[in-house]
Amino acid sequence: MEILLNNNIEFIDAEAISVQELLLYKNFTFRMLVIKINGQLVKKDQYTSAMIHHGDQVQVIHLVSGG
Amino acid sequence: MNDALRAHLVKKVVGIAGVGGLGSNCAVSLARIGVGKIIISDFDVVTRGNLNRQYFFEEQIGILKVKALKMNIFRIDPHIRVIAHAEKVTPENVAKLFDEAEVLIEAMDLAREKQVFIETALGLWPDKPIVAGNGVAGWGFNEALTTMKYGNLYICGDAVSEVSEELPPLAPRVSIVANMQANQALDLLMADFDLSMYTME
Repeated sequence: MEILLNNNIEFIDAEAISVQELLLYKNFTFRMLVIKINGQLVKKDQYTSAMIHHGDQVQVIHLVSGG
Repeated sequence: MNDALRAHLVKKVVGIAGVGGLGSNCAVSLARIGVGKIIISDFDVVTRGNLNRQYFFEEQIGILKVKALKMNIFRIDPHIRVIAHAEKVTPENVAKLFDEAEVLIEAMDLAREKQVFIETALGLWPDKPIVAGNGVAGWGFNEALTTMKYGNLYICGDAVSEVSEELPPLAPRVSIVANMQANQALDLLMADFDLSMYTME
C-alpha cells in the first residue's frame, strides 16, 4: 500500500498496519509523539489498535522539551 | 485600523498552558495588542534562573508565575482581564481551565507535558486551534524556526532543538518562538475580523 507520511509518499508491503507497527518500521524511536491519521488524532493508548490503510495521510509529530 | 483591531480583539479569549519562557512572552504580546481576556495556568514560582528568558523581574523571585505575570500585564494595560490559575495543567483540569478560550497556546516545559496537553485538548475540542511551541533551545539558526500546520494544530519552533545542559533555553530564540505563537494566535483570532470596519474609517 501507499500512504502519505508527513507529506512524503511511503510504500509499505502490507495491506494495513497499526500505528505501533509503522513506528517500528520507520524506526521512530522518539517517545513523545502526536499522531494524526487523516486529520484525526490517535491517542497514545490507541497506537496498537489504530490501523493505517492505503491512501491514508499520516502525520507523526515529534515533541521535544523546552518552554 | 488600530481602533477597529482593538475593538475586535477585546472580545477574544486566549488560554495559555504554562507561563515560563514561551507562555509569559506570548501572553505579554497578546496583552499589548489588546486581547480582552487571557487565561493562564501554571503552578511554578519565579526563580533567578528564569530571568534569562521569561517575562518576570528580579523583585518577583519567589512569587507564583501566574501572579507575577498578571501584575506585569496590569502594568502594560490594566483593561486586559487575566484569569490566573495557580495550578499545574493536567488532563483532568484542561476542560475546566480552558473551555472558554477560542485559541489555546501550549507553552509547557517537558515534551511529555506537551504531548499530554495536545492530546487532551484535541480530544476535548477537535475544532479548537492549538498553537504549540516545539524546539526552542540554543542560539542562532533563525532559518530553522518555522510554523507547521497539522489541521488545527500549529507547531512553532525548529522541531528538534531540545533543552539540555549544552543547549539551554535563552531569551532570543525562546522569545522568537513565543512571538511566533502569538502571531499565529492573532492570525486565528483575525479570521472573523470584519474588514469593512477598517475601510469605513
